[in-house]
Formats: sequence, structure tokens, C-alpha cells
Amino acid sequence: MNGPKREIIAMILAGGQGSRLKDLTKTNAKPAVEFGGKYRIIDFTLSNCTNSSIDVVGVLTQYQPFTLHCHIGIGTAWDLDRTKGGVYILPPHTNDSGGNWYKGTADSIYQNMNFVELFSPEYLLVLSGDHIYTMDYQEMFKFHKEKKADVTIACIEVPIQEASRFGIMNTKEDGRIYEFEEKPKHPKNNLASMGIYIFNWDKLKRYLKEDAKDEESAHDFGKNIIPKMLKGGEKLFAYRFKGYWKDVGTVESYWEANMDLLNEECKLDEPSCILDLYNEETKVYTSSIAYPPQYIAPCAKVKKSMVVEGCSIWGEVYNSVLSYNVYVGQNAKVISSVLLSSASIEDGAIVENAIVCSGARVTKGCKVIGKPGKIAVVSENKKVTSDIIISE
Amino acid sequence: MLTNYLGIVSLTENESKLKSLTATRPLASIPIFGRYRVIDFVLSNLVNAGITNVGILAPTKSRSLIDHVGTGKPWDLNRKVDGLYIFNYSYEPPSISDIKLLKSNMEFLLRSRKEMVIFASSYMICNIDFKDVAKFHEESGADVTVVYKKITNEDEHFFELPTLMIDQNLNVIGVGKNIGRRTTVNISLDMFVLSKEFLIDCILTCLENGNCIMFRDFIYKNVQNINLKAYEFKGYVGCINSISSYFKVSMDMLNVDIQRELFSEERPIYTKSNDSPPTRYFSTCEVENSFISNGCLIAGKVKNSIISRGVVIEKDAIVENSIIFSKCIIKSGAILKNVILDKNVVIDENATLIGHNKNPLVMEKQSFINLSQLKEVKRV
Repeated sequence: MNGPKREIIAMILAGGQGSRLKDLTKTNAKPAVEFGGKYRIIDFTLSNCTNSSIDVVGVLTQYQPFTLHCHIGIGTAWDLDRTKGGVYILPPHTNDSGGNWYKGTADSIYQNMNFVELFSPEYLLVLSGDHIYTMDYQEMFKFHKEKKADVTIACIEVPIQEASRFGIMNTKEDGRIYEFEEKPKHPKNNLASMGIYIFNWDKLKRYLKEDAKDEESAHDFGKNIIPKMLKGGEKLFAYRFKGYWKDVGTVESYWEANMDLLNEECKLDEPSCILDLYNEETKVYTSSIAYPPQYIAPCAKVKKSMVVEGCSIWGEVYNSVLSYNVYVGQNAKVISSVLLSSASIEDGAIVENAIVCSGARVTKGCKVIGKPGKIAVVSENKKVTSDIIISE
Repeated sequence: MLTNYLGIVSLTENESKLKSLTATRPLASIPIFGRYRVIDFVLSNLVNAGITNVGILAPTKSRSLIDHVGTGKPWDLNRKVDGLYIFNYSYEPPSISDIKLLKSNMEFLLRSRKEMVIFASSYMICNIDFKDVAKFHEESGADVTVVYKKITNEDEHFFELPTLMIDQNLNVIGVGKNIGRRTTVNISLDMFVLSKEFLIDCILTCLENGNCIMFRDFIYKNVQNINLKAYEFKGYVGCINSISSYFKVSMDMLNVDIQRELFSEERPIYTKSNDSPPTRYFSTCEVENSFISNGCLIAGKVKNSIISRGVVIEKDAIVENSIIFSKCIIKSGAILKNVILDKNVVIDENATLIGHNKNPLVMEKQSFINLSQLKEVKRV
């Protein structure tokens, strides 16, 4: 089997647990967590690939992959069900020398070098399956070729006080990176890596092979490969991205990213302020479910919210994001919350600053109240029968 | 499951009273209930009963129908064996005849390994379990079974449809027309169960005698010679045969009981997905008693209405008792009451459109003529 040659193919890292998302990723890999009403987190990356005309996409999975595999299927939702190319799910596997889990992001690519070679690409696009953004990778690819770079890393300006959470790049005027610090205590600037890399495949291959032999290495792109390439004198460039981008690593940032979708103060000349789900050119695709339209009952109030098909709303919903088939009963109140598919908020219940996972029920009159910075989470299929109030 | 059945959907339907809604599309692909098309209901009913082989006898101007149905994927009808077939009128003379269309595509019937047929139209909207109808038919030993619904003539929406005279043994002994004189009548839902052999016999007899061009007319005219049984359907039926009936049936969806019956979890209604984003409700919006699809941006007032995908309702606009098709834009200050807006209509600022609650005002579908218009619509 030999795929037709491609200039560039994409590999999406989707094997991580995302343990800081706690209950949200108990039975589910982070890229398969529901987001923004009808999507799952990986939809953004997969749709970006399709919208950027990248038609060979490998998805590296490992942690709790069932939902993720079901969701991706053969890639139909993203037009990635192709006769030649398309989407490939790449779980860890055994071979003649035994079997290995993916030990790190770089190791997962190393273990699938044969897959990449099938398409004999000159460039490899490495993506994370757990970021929320829309981006045309072709623009970045053009930049990579113009700069004759060995590696291009997409980066975005973050608030300086948050910079120590990211890989920070120190660049020269022309964008060339002279220093890369993974999660520095005292960041020198606020240019953070978005975890999107374009590599010259031949160069990367060499570094992956060397890194595989290095027993000290964590086999991670940010921690090991990038510093080694810098040290080796390769040409690394930073590509500045101006749109909306969010790493939904924690329960709080996941909740915030959902709330960002509801921002009404945003101006159009400030593209980093809001994710535009309504732009046809950067449309986000997902595998849809056959539900009837949403029903807003006579007594209901819905304001500053996002609602999806199959929802039935009889109570009040403010500043919230509702996924498929959610029920909000009479006199129930949902404020600044994220309700995932088939969640049910029964009559008179109150949910505020909370995330209610799929299939969970908040029974009649119960309260689930968190606060910004301490979001209350009701886990999947849980039945809440007494108040959950986070006061501290 | 009806593994020995094939479905035939005959779209030779009366469109004369649907005015501009059928100007560019057949009745079967009129958008309805926000995200559906009329044909979705019969197709879903067939596949929910386990039928995997469906032939659609399509009328002319079927672009929109074929675009919607495609390869039949939403209904799982994209099969290697059996699956979906669409039979279009092409070089045949334009007289609408499902008999002729079946004759010229006889291969479909002969090649299929299925021995039984469910023959239906699309304009009767309901969620019916065809397994029950088939069971009734097989147990009764009849040549043909027709499905009917007992209605009271208080509403005017089943006018001019065939009515069945039925004896105690559920034999149909006569077929008439509903002219509204009787308080209760048995309306034929134009759904038949019969064997393939009997269907082929009907087609050949029609062609030989030359007196019927429609299958259903042949059955109704020959009740004396055919062992025709009637099966009563007790659920909700919405009949789409005029603008006013379309308006009424659409508004029925604001009744939660009807909504739950039609969109039952047990027998879902499938449709082509459009990948629309969620609908955004802005701080300034006021929405009550409405059925709203994905992809809308709502900042104005919406009451008792059905809103399709991708509709924009600006701040201070008012939409009441109306049906808005996809991608319409209702600008600030506009007032709409008892209106049906077909696709892509843009209502200017402060415009007022008011129809009658039984006879709504219909705005024809707009096609984009130039690029600047398209741009204006895309970015809000």
C-alpha cells in the first residue's frame, strides 16, 4: 500500500488525558469533550485541516479513545472519507519487537514514521487535538516556505502574567527563534507556542531517531525536540497568529472558552476576541445527530446564550451554552453555565457557574452553584438530588 | 422489521394550491418545521420499519429534491445492495403518470428481491409504524391495504381528498371525495400495502385499458373488483396541499404533544444535515413559543413562529405567527405577522408585512443575482 505523494500531511496529537479537566475526561479523551454546543474539541482541528485543503490527517489516540474513534469514524463529517488519503486513526500498536504505549508527543510520531513515509511528504504539520481556534494552515505553510525554515511554530501573544503556562519564544526581528523556553518561571516576552508545528520531514526524522535513543528524554516536542533542533543550529521561525485561540486545559479555561462564544462587546476588527462560528470559509464541521429544532416554550426566557437542536426550554437561560437535547424545566434557572448533551435541569432547579456533563440530571428544585474560578461540575449521568453549592 | 418490503414514494402530488412555494421545487422538497423537507417524513417512516430499498418517482423540477435526498445517506439508504433509486421524468411526454414511470423503470421492480411493496406519497406528514400496517395487511389476506384517518371536518385542510366508505369488516366499498358536507369522514392517506406481483399486474392492466394514469386512481376506481382493506391510523396527520394547510401544519409544531409524537425518540425523523453552528440568542432578544433551527442569530422579538437555519433577526425586529425559511434576514424595526418568507428573503429596516392568520402572506424565494448581494448577506 502506497498513498499518492503529498507535499504536506497533518498529524493530530489526540492521545492525552487532559487530567486537569477532571470529571470531563473521566471516560473520554480531551479532544472528544463536547464544546460550544454541538462540537467536540477535535472538530476545530479537523475542520481546519479540511478548510486548509490538507487531505491526509493522522490522528494519534491513546487515552480512553472509544468516543473519539466513534466520533471521527471514517471522517465523513469533515469530508475526509477519501479513496486515497483522508483521516487515519493511529492508536499505539505492537510490532515484531514488542509493543509500546506512546511515551510522549514526539514518540507517537516516531512510532508512526512508516505511516508518514507512505505519503512521502516533504513537510509535516503537527497539531494538537485539544485547542479551540480556526486557522488556515496554508498561510502558515506559505510563510514556512518563504522563510526557507526547517521548523515553523505558530505563536500567539498571551497576557504576560499567563506566559509561564506556555512554551515561550524569543525571536529576532525577522521572526527567527533564538531561544525557546518551555513554561519559564520568568518569561522574557509573551509570545506563546500554540503547539502547531511545520517541520521539514527529513530534518525531523533525523531528530526523532536520535531522540528515541536518548534515555533521558521525555520524547516531547516542546521539552526535547525543539530545544535540540535549536541547539543543532536549525532554522526555527515563529509564525504570528492573530485570531482567537484557546487551550482548554483546565475546567476553568474550558468554561471560559464557552463563555467567550457569548461575548457581545467584541468588535470585528479585534479577531482575537471571539471565535466566529458563522463564517462559511472557516466553518466547523462535526458529525451531527438527527434532532428536531429547539423549542422555546411560552414561559421561557433565553438571553445571551447558544442553543442547539433538540433542546426544549421552559425556564430561564442566561449567558449559557446548551448542547444537543438539553431540557430546562419550568421555573428552572440556568445562569453562566455549560450544559452538555441530554443534560436535564428539572422544574425549579437552579444552575449557576456550572458545567453539567452529558446525561446528568439536576432534579426538581436542586441547586448547583459554583463561582468564577471555582466552577461546579456535575459528572456524566449523575443524578443530583441535593444542593451543590461552592461557597469557598 | 420489513425485510421483504420495498418502498415506492410517488411524488405525483397536487401542487396547484401551494403557489410560489412550489415555483422552484416539488411539493416533496418544501422546507418544513425549520430543518426538514416534506419528504423526510415518509422516507424516515419507511426506513424506521426496516425497509432498505426505496424508489422515488420524482416529478419534473426536481433539482432541489435531488440535492436534498442525494445518495440517501441520512436515511442509511446509500447501500451496495438495494438502497435508494430516483426515477426522473426525462424524455417521456410531460403528462404526470406514476404508472408510466413505473412501466419504464420496471427493471427496478423485477430486479429487487423484495416481494412486498409499500406505496406512499409525501404530502401526508405523520410518524407511522409501517410494521403495524404490514402486519394488518398480511393477516387480512387482502389484495391491497389502504391507510386512512378518521377526521372531523371542522378544519378545512383535508378538503378534496379521497374518502373511504368502509364496512364492518374493514372492506372498502366505495371511494368518494371530501367536499366538507359530512362532519366525520375517513380520509385516505394515499399509503398502500400490496404484493409486488399485484402492483405489476395493476400497472399492466392500466396500460392495457388506458383509463388510469395514476396508481391510486386505479385502486379507487376498482374497489368492486379488488379486495381492498382499510387500516386506521390514529396518530397525528398533517396534510400539505395548500398554503393555508402548510401554515396550519407548521404551526401545529408549537403544540408540544404533536411535536413529541412526530419527533418520537423511538422512530426519529432523519434529514440532510447542514452543519450549521448553534443558534445565538442575544441580550436584546425576546423569544417565546417558537421552534428554532440551528445557525440563527436572534436579537429581536420572536413569538409563535417557526425559524429555519441561518436566519438573522436584528434588534427591534418583530416576528410573530410566521414561518421564516433559511438564510432570511429581518432587519431592525421590521414587523412580520402571519407571513411565510421563502429562502434568502431580506426584509428592509422598518418594513411591515402583515398577512391573515388563515391566509398568510408569502414572499417568494430569492436567488442571489450578483456577488455584492451575496457578500452583504454573508456578513451581518
